[in-house]
Amino acid sequence: MVTIEDLKAKATQIRKDVIEMVYRAKTGHTGSSLSNTDILTTLYYSILNVDPENPDLENRDRFILSKGHAVESYYAILGDKGFFPKEELKTFSEFGSRLIGHPNNKVPGVEMNTGALGHGLSISVGMALAAKKNQGSYRVFTLMGDGEQAEGSIWEAAMSAAHYKLDNLVAIIDRNKLQISGTTDFVMELEPLEDKWKAFGWEVIAVDGHDIEKMQQIFAAAPITKGKPTLVMAYTTKGKGVCYMENVPHWHHGVPTVEEYEQALEELCDKGGGQP
Amino acid sequence: MNKIPNRQIICDTLVEFGKDDQDIMVLTSDSRGSASMGNFAKELPEQLIEVGIAEQNLVGIAAGLAASGKKTFVASPACFLSMRSIEQIKVDVAYSQTNVKLIGISGGLSYGALGMSHHSLQDIAVMRAIPGIDIILPADRFETKLVIKALLTNKGAAYVRIGRNAVADIYESDSYDFQIGKAITLSEGNDLTIIATGEMVKVAVDTAAELKTIGIACRVLNMHTIKPLDEGAIIKAAKETGKIITIEEHSIFGGLGSAVAEVVVQNHPVPVRILGIPDEPAIPGKSQEVLAYYGLCTDNVKKIALQLLK
Ligand SMILES: Cc1ncc(C[n+]2csc(CCOP(=O)(O)OP(=O)(O)O)c2C)c(N)n1
Ligand SMILES: [Mg+2]
Repeated sequence: MVTIEDLKAKATQIRKDVIEMVYRAKTGHTGSSLSNTDILTTLYYSILNVDPENPDLENRDRFILSKGHAVESYYAILGDKGFFPKEELKTFSEFGSRLIGHPNNKVPGVEMNTGALGHGLSISVGMALAAKKNQGSYRVFTLMGDGEQAEGSIWEAAMSAAHYKLDNLVAIIDRNKLQISGTTDFVMELEPLEDKWKAFGWEVIAVDGHDIEKMQQIFAAAPITKGKPTLVMAYTTKGKGVCYMENVPHWHHGVPTVEEYEQALEELCDKGGGQP
Repeated sequence: MNKIPNRQIICDTLVEFGKDDQDIMVLTSDSRGSASMGNFAKELPEQLIEVGIAEQNLVGIAAGLAASGKKTFVASPACFLSMRSIEQIKVDVAYSQTNVKLIGISGGLSYGALGMSHHSLQDIAVMRAIPGIDIILPADRFETKLVIKALLTNKGAAYVRIGRNAVADIYESDSYDFQIGKAITLSEGNDLTIIATGEMVKVAVDTAAELKTIGIACRVLNMHTIKPLDEGAIIKAAKETGKIITIEEHSIFGGLGSAVAEVVVQNHPVPVRILGIPDEPAIPGKSQEVLAYYGLCTDNVKKIALQLLK
């Protein structure tokens, strides 16, 4: 059994990998990836029934990264788990590499190609419906951005998930309150967001999206109510773990300078991420 | 080398004219940064509508504003604008004939390393098949300015596609005769014709210059407007030069090459080579790397020209 301490250390290590990848490639969605690192770590190291040796197992849990731009932490985790050689992370965004700037299902472990926002939930509804039809026991998880909530397709999907009583579906919102152009309330007001999801027929649970222990309990317990899809509103800090990136819109896809890179690694090492 | 990207010119021009005309409005979908519209938002905040990450809503709202007398400019990444919003474009913009100018930013392979979701290599094909919308790809910053000025004076629907980065100048200034729908001859010659659009015009001009050094007179047509297409210039080139190469940062299906071929085969058949991105998800990488990989560079176009002349 992995302990919560193990998971925390893992998350810090993944954050370091993210910084390394973005720094090397000189491109990437740094703040977005750091925002959801704890969510993905909780899922991949303690919740999802997936097997790096057999990525296509029929009854595996499904995960869809709807906010596909946050691909660095996703790749770092898939590489760390052995879905592909971890060394390959060094090729991130290089000409011809399969590790491109958005998830691609040429990469073992990636279910679907995402990157255009507002697709992941509909795909997940399809997968959850298929599980019901095939008497599969697996669950489907998807992670969306909060700015992404402006896409109408999400609400079409939300309606259908409740209609089909997809209690094998868990949607997570990375509620960091930032998108590219600034805060979500400046760009497009979302609140009261939890109430909107409730009104669409979902069981809604709020959690600190950096509290691995709490998230683990919630993900393990879902569905909370039989016959209802679960929405986990994960309140997060964009850029989490690197102090100068936290809550700064620019770091959505900012690339660190050499000084910033060293400072970020130092901070993460202090937090238990091992040697620089 | 010019450092001002075309998107910056669009913003500057809209700020310049928007100050005197409050009906000019810009709509963005969390895209003001990538569209370089930050200054428009700052200078004319009442004339900017932000819709968030909602491209269908973006175009629908623009159509409603336009139907109420506003001159709307929608600025969003070409990949999303031309695909996510296509039904709004077809019905609310083109079919209803609203004064909506769609600016597809970061077009073609600008987001090369981000994968097919972020490439816009089918946008021209999709737009071409919809009646009632002009399609324009300016070649450089001067032409970009002239395009926007022309669009400010007409009431029709249009799709303008530009790339993300600054591109080399083709012209020396914006004082030349630019008309929507009228191809521009950049280099005279009767041995063959290269027809290019948007940022590929540079490759055409450079290739013609190289060919000239070995005694080949290559005509170059800057086909900035793909719709309405300057059929006269194409037929003339077919008749007078007998061979045509087309270059575009777009799928080889349905874009400039297809449009030229349609005219040529039905009027004056001559050999045509269509250069663009083949029918596959484009290999990811920086745009220049990807363009070179697919031969959209001077060396390869020259090679194709020499083969055609054999
Ligand atoms: C359909 C679509 N429109 C626009 C974009 C460009 N885009 C990429 S990330 C992003 C902002 C996302 O913000 P949010 O959903 O809040 O994600 P996070 O803050 O977690 O990065 C935008 C507009 C896109 N990828 N897809
Ligand atoms: Mg966000």
